[in-house]
Formats: sequence, C-alpha cells, structure tokens
Amino acid sequence: MEKNETDQKTRTVPVEEVEQVVIRFAGDSGDGMQLTGSQFTHTAAVIGNDVSTLPDYPAEIRAPAGSLPGVSAFQVNFGSVDVQTPGDQPDVLVAMNPAALKVSVADLPRNARILLNTDAFGANNLRKAGYESNPLEDGSLAAFQVVKIPISTLNAQALKESELPKKQQERCKNFWALGLLYWLYDRPIEPTLDWIKRSFANKTAVGEANAIALRAGYAYGEVGEVFTTHYKVRKAPIEPGTYRKVSGNEALVLGCVASSILAKTPLLYASYPITPASDVLHGLARYKHLGVRTVQSEDEIAAMGIAIGAAFAGNLAVTGTSGPGLALKAEALGLGVITELPVVVFDIQRAGPSTGLPTKTEQSDLFLAMFGRSGDSPVAILAPQTPSDCFYTVIEAFRIAVKYMVPVVVLSDGYLGNGAEPWKLPDAKDLPPIEVRHPSDPKGFLPYMRDAVTLARPWALPGTPGFEHRIGGIEKGDKSGSVSYDAANHQLMSEHRARKIDAIAADIPPARPSGDASGELLVLSWGSTYGAVSQAVKRARAEGLSASHLHLRHLNPFPSNLGEVLKSFRAVLVPENNMGQLRFVIRSRFLVDAAGLNKVQGQPFKIAEVLEGIRNHFEVKR
Amino acid sequence: MSDEKTALLTRKDFTSDQEVRWCPGCGDYSILAQMQKALPGAGVAPHKYVFVSGIGCSSRFPYYMKTYGFHTIHGRAPTFATGIKVANPDLSVWIATGDGDGLSIGGNHLLHVLRRNLDVKILLFNNRIYGLTKGQYSPTSELGKKTRSSPLGSIDYPVHACCFAIAAEATFVARTIDTDTKHLASIIGRASQHAGAAFIEIFQNCVIFNDGAFDHVTEAAVRAERTVELVHGKPVVFGAARDKGVRQRDGRLEVVTLGGAITEDDLLVHREDDPDSGLAFQLARMEDPDFPVAMGVFRAVRKPTYDGMMEEQVRRAREAKGAETLDQILRSGECWVID
Repeated sequence: MEKNETDQKTRTVPVEEVEQVVIRFAGDSGDGMQLTGSQFTHTAAVIGNDVSTLPDYPAEIRAPAGSLPGVSAFQVNFGSVDVQTPGDQPDVLVAMNPAALKVSVADLPRNARILLNTDAFGANNLRKAGYESNPLEDGSLAAFQVVKIPISTLNAQALKESELPKKQQERCKNFWALGLLYWLYDRPIEPTLDWIKRSFANKTAVGEANAIALRAGYAYGEVGEVFTTHYKVRKAPIEPGTYRKVSGNEALVLGCVASSILAKTPLLYASYPITPASDVLHGLARYKHLGVRTVQSEDEIAAMGIAIGAAFAGNLAVTGTSGPGLALKAEALGLGVITELPVVVFDIQRAGPSTGLPTKTEQSDLFLAMFGRSGDSPVAILAPQTPSDCFYTVIEAFRIAVKYMVPVVVLSDGYLGNGAEPWKLPDAKDLPPIEVRHPSDPKGFLPYMRDAVTLARPWALPGTPGFEHRIGGIEKGDKSGSVSYDAANHQLMSEHRARKIDAIAADIPPARPSGDASGELLVLSWGSTYGAVSQAVKRARAEGLSASHLHLRHLNPFPSNLGEVLKSFRAVLVPENNMGQLRFVIRSRFLVDAAGLNKVQGQPFKIAEVLEGIRNHFEVKR
Repeated sequence: MSDEKTALLTRKDFTSDQEVRWCPGCGDYSILAQMQKALPGAGVAPHKYVFVSGIGCSSRFPYYMKTYGFHTIHGRAPTFATGIKVANPDLSVWIATGDGDGLSIGGNHLLHVLRRNLDVKILLFNNRIYGLTKGQYSPTSELGKKTRSSPLGSIDYPVHACCFAIAAEATFVARTIDTDTKHLASIIGRASQHAGAAFIEIFQNCVIFNDGAFDHVTEAAVRAERTVELVHGKPVVFGAARDKGVRQRDGRLEVVTLGGAITEDDLLVHREDDPDSGLAFQLARMEDPDFPVAMGVFRAVRKPTYDGMMEEQVRRAREAKGAETLDQILRSGECWVID
C-alpha cells in the first residue's frame, strides 16, 4: 500500500466518486453477516441510494463453524443510478474467514477488492475450508486487491475496557467491519447507532460494545492508512416521498393487513412453518390488534383447510407455504375450486423437487400452481416482480378472489421474499378498494346461482338467517348446489369453473411490452426475474439489438392480448429459474416456438447471463 | 329464523329437503334422527349451526341437516371446522366423522383439534369397517378381522377411539350407541352444552359390511352384563342384578362381584371432572370379555378454548395498541423522506 503523505491526525483521503457498488459480506453463519448487510443496506437507502439485496444463507441453523456449508452471505448493490438487481459480481468482498473467501472468490471479477479478517486464517480454519495452502501467501489471489486486516485483534483492542466476556466481545467484530465499510463508502454511522440503541435497550452492555466496535472500525479507516482512497456514491434520482426498506415477505404481510382494511373484512392467516415462508406468519402474528387472526396449524393440509373454512365463514383467508407445502395442499385447494371460495395461497418458491434447496430460490412451482390438482381445476395465478410489488400483488389477489369467488395462488420466491429494496410508500387513499359482497335477500337464493358477468356465486355466510345451505367436494348441481351426478351438469360446471378464470382476463391490464410493439425478439419473463431481465434488455437495446421485454404479472389467466403480442415478434425467449415451465405453457397455449433460458442453480439470474442469452439469439441468427 | 324464536323450533326446522341416501337399516339414520330431535331444545337457531364432515358414509351427514354445512375432504374436517370457528366464534360447529375418516387418514387433525380445545362437537361414527369403499378393515377393526383387503385376517392392532381422545387431552369424551336412542340423545345434549372440544364415539352398525359388530356387548340379552353405564359421582356398578362392579387395585382395574366382604364402597367412584385423566383412560380401555364396555361420559372438564383465547388475544391487543390507520401501519418502522 502506498503511504499517504498527509499527517495521520488530519489525514484527508482523496474521495473518488462511483456510480454503483456491489458489496458481499460473507462469514460464518454465527458471524452476523445478515445483520451487517441489512444495516449497510438501510443506511444506503436512508441517504438516498437505490439499493437491492440478496441474502444467501445456509439451510442449517449452525453448520460446523468455519466449514463451507456454514457460510452465510449478504450481497448489496447500491448506487446513484436505477438499481434493479443485487448485482452480478461483487466489487468488494468482506470475508470473515477462509470458508467465506473460498465460497465467494469464483464470483469476483478481476481486480475486485477483498477485505479479509487475517485473524481467522489460522491452520485450523484453512483446513476446515479445504485450503491446502494459505491463499494469503500462495499467490492465488494475485488477480485481486487484497486488504489484510486483523479484524478480531483490532476489535478486541477496541473493546479492552468492555465488561463483556471475551467470547461476546468477539461477536462484535461484524460491527467493526461494518464501521470500516461505512468509512470506505463515506456513509454516516448514526442510523446504525440508532438501531443499536433501540435493539439493545435491554442489553445495554452488548449495545455499547457493538457501538464501540462500529466506531472503531470507522476510525480505523480514517486513521489506519490502509486505504488511499475512499468512495462516494451519490443519491440516486429517486422520486420524492416517504420510503421504507421492505423485503418481499414483509410486503406480503403489509399487503394482507392493507387488504383487510380495504375490504373492511377480518383477515385469517393459517400456516405451517416452512422456509422461506415463515416470516409471513411471524409478521402477521404481530397484527392481532387489527383483528388479524393467525393460526399455526399442525401441518400444511390443515393450513389450507383452515383458510378455506375461514373463507366459507366470511374472512379474507390466506395460507402461505413453499413448494413442498403447496404439494400437500393440493387436494384441499381442489375443494376450494369446486366450492368456489375466495382463498389466497402464497407460495414462496424454493429450489425443488422434494426438500430440494430450502434456502435457495427457484421459480419451479408454476406447473404445480397451474396443474397440480386432480380433475380440471383452474385457479387464478399471480406473480410479484419485486419485493415491494408483493404488497400490490396481495391486494390484487384478494380483489380477484372475492370478485370472482376463486382461489388465487401468488407465486413469490426466496429471492423476492428475503431480498429487500426501498419502497416509496403509497397513500392509503390511492389504493384500489376491495369490494366484498354478501347477499342480503334470501328470497330466491341458491348457493350456485351466478353473477352474469363474473360468473361468481354468492358469498352467503354461515350465521345469516335464511341462507342455510350445504356445499362440498361432490359435484354441485348448477344453481341449486345440491349433490349432482348428472353427466351434462358436470360438463356445464367444469365449463363454468374454466370460464370464471377466463373472465378475469377482461379485468386485468393488457400486455404491453417495453421497447417496441413488434420486432425480432421478445424476452418474456415473470416473477422475480424482472430486475435482471429488464436491465439486460435495456443493455441489449443500447447495443442496437431489436429486443423488447414483456413481464407477466398475471399467469392465469394471461392478459387477453398476449397471443397477439407474442406473434408480433419473430422470436420469443423465456428466461426462467426453472427448466422451462412458462415456455411450456406458452408453446401449448399459443403455438409459439418460444426458446428458453433456464437457470436452476438456486440463485437469481445475473444481468450478464440474460444479456448473453439475448446476444446468443442474434449471433445464431447471423 | 332468529334466536328469539328458538323456543318454537321443531325437528322439521333441522331437516333438509335432501333425500337421505344411507343403506336401509344403517345406524346413521338413528344418529341423524336423534340430532334433529336434540337440537331444537338446545336454544340455538339453525342458521347458527355449521355441520362439517370429511369423507365416508357418516360424512354425508351435513347434507341432511337444514343448517349450514360443509362436506369437505377425507380426514380434514377438523381443519375446515377450525377455520370456520376461528373466523366466527358465534357459530355452533359440529363435525361428523367415522373411524376411517377420523382415526386413519385424519388422525393427525383429530389429535390437534382436541388438544387445542377448539369449541367444536365431534361425532365419530364407529362401525369398525370402511363402508363407503365397500368393506376393508379400519383402524378400529379387531385384530384378525377377515375383510376383502385382509382375507387372511387383519394384522393391525385397533385403536380405542375414546382413549385416543383422552390422551389428546379432550375436555369432553363420551361413548354411546346408535340403538340406544335415549342415551344417544342425552349424550348429544350434554356435548352441545360443553364449552370446548367435545368428542363422542358412537357405536354404529353397518348392516352391509360389518353387521352386528357390537351385538356381543349390546344385544338385549347380554347388554346389562357386558356394558356399564358411567354415572358421575356414583360407583361403577353393572349386571342385570346390579351385582358386579369395577374396582381399582394396585393401579389396575378389576371386575368384582358385590356381596360378602365387597360392597359398593369398595368400587371405583366415577368422576368425569377428575383433572387427572388416568382413570378415564382406563375406563375407556375396558374390553369384552374381561371387562364390561363402558358407556357414557368419561371426562368433562373445563378449560379455556382455542377460539376463546384467540378472541381474548385480539381484544387485549386492541386495548393495548389501539386502532391504527393503514397509513400509520405502512409508515411504522424505519422510514425516511426523499425530497
């Protein structure tokens, strides 16, 4: 490192301005990397950067310390520009131990900066990470700017007057590292100090130690002469307004609460704990004061049954799960279809099949949502595209469910659920109402009579005099709702159920590609790939390629003009985090020879990967 | 129909227009009739009832009640009932299930609805056979039972429905039989007044696939000798001559003959409100031929209900936090303003 010429005490370090930085915090699962990353994100958002995050943590609560499976990482992309993804490659890796380095080093571009806690690079940790020689000495990191810092030692020195036991002091080292990063990127430490004060109100000694470590890390940057430059990332041109940071799962929670208020109807959430959906249950359990009832059920099937029962009794009813849980709910969801009750199912998808990779993201439950029940059993399907969009998607799901009296499946995923972004908060008055109707005149009431436009049957609630009726899973007679084994009636009712879902298409926005209305290539995407795909198409267009982008929010039914849009392009490319499920549906529905770009690695797309897929199309053509 | 008019209710007010489709001679007719007779006197209007069922012969029950009803899927009736009761605790929610629906495919849900003490009433029609699928052995069929799926005899040990319910900490557990309509009606009446999960096992005869399954204990000729009617606060006495009783010794039950040195004072006195469920479990497990089969209420204790505690939490949270507008909710937590 070059020696800075200025006096240590009044050292002024040159500031370099950068547009966008991607940092990955990586360490052992006990090192507090998720917390460090989310604090850095919060501060970045508060000072006006645009941000996007990707937490990446192991399925095990505490895999053996220092081991490769035990690495927990948090990647944040922040910038003065429009940030849509957590970033393709980290510009900076903070590695708290050799395992963290080993897991992440392949993702780094040449010349990336690596901040290492050298104290953790002893023989034992190197062995646990499977290093045969010390990467700090063997030249294997020559392509990178390696900054070696004895973080544990410096943290211990800073805390030498703390009363905390040594082991607890050591646990403050993530705040030391965070402090250093705050200095390096010219951020205030106050938001985190405030957070510490609030979070450790009952454990002041721990809170103080964390605050000391944070300040010490910051001061080390200022006076430590390790860095010759620090960096400034200006505010992004963000719309004025009040913002908060929100993850997809938090947005689902707020969307439920908002739906209950907009519909003036109590909400019930039934769920069995499952990664990565449990946070929705945790979140909603805190809203009892608004009449939200949460039931932690005995299993996934029960959660679906409880939700359908609550829908029958007049609640806004919702259950949440991930793929294996949706598989278990299938039969009960089929009952929701035949009894035509408004129930919402959140599937926070994860990599499958079976237990798969519980903490890793995937979009592979589209088939399950669309086809995974006995009989012809259509449900409405929606997919949010960003963490904050989860909020609006829930409101849309309930709007459709109660208007058409149908089950609605919402396909979020681990990437959206755990990833976070700044969210410009809407005003409640601008949100669409959810109109709930219950019949009030029992004269002429029949449980399976239908609204002429929506084909919805009346939502008559138990407890209302004059509407006593029986529903169930045996085919229902048209209008009467009585058990019917009549052949022609089953055909009619099957058609009703299909037409009800189809009718929704007239009630959703038409598909409108961004880019051109027609041309060579349409990139068609859905769900959480929005950020990477939209950025990739923008870059492709900047390169002069005739590519446009259509992102689907409604997957069943599709927008009514989707077929026309698809046929306005010579080719269709469908990037998905699955083996080609939307592509399969598109090909069969519209007879379009769509090509796939499929990534199933438990990780979201990088922009570059999608861009390469687009470029390949044009190269093959050439 | 309003609550004020419940005094004028008759059986007709609970009888739907649907044609009943059980086999002629099925025990289910008797259960339906007693239910339709018992409910008018319970003081609750028909529109406040919801009958929920799973799959099986017994699960057709809701179609025949002129109340709200939900015929759901196999084994899962307790889950739908939970959703209904939590969403609207004012409703009187009843579950009709069978030995297959409730104890085989739905055993898990039955366990949890009972342990949570959800305020629902559960009628388990026990005919010790799968009827609707035409005669396979069920989880309550006796060991060695020959059926279409067990031509060499079943090698499954049966479960005692009431023991299962008691072990699950049900707050009301009773056993009755379809042919004793008076007893059946009285047990239904008791259950309807119980605040909490009430479980009734009903010995029910399947005339087609398991005819006479309970005759060995319930036929008029043997009944007094082979069953015992439990009465709260009374010694456990049985026999046509009331000359036999059940005594507890060294932690075990035994049958004794009264007379000589043994008097009623030596017998077990049944207490359905005993906070310890051990004796209720032992009584529920008594089997022919070593013991008389016990009928009546094994256990009736009071405990806060799941739905009641849920409402209490909501009420207290409202008091503590007060109402918030949607704008306040969205803006709680760490927000910042961009100008």
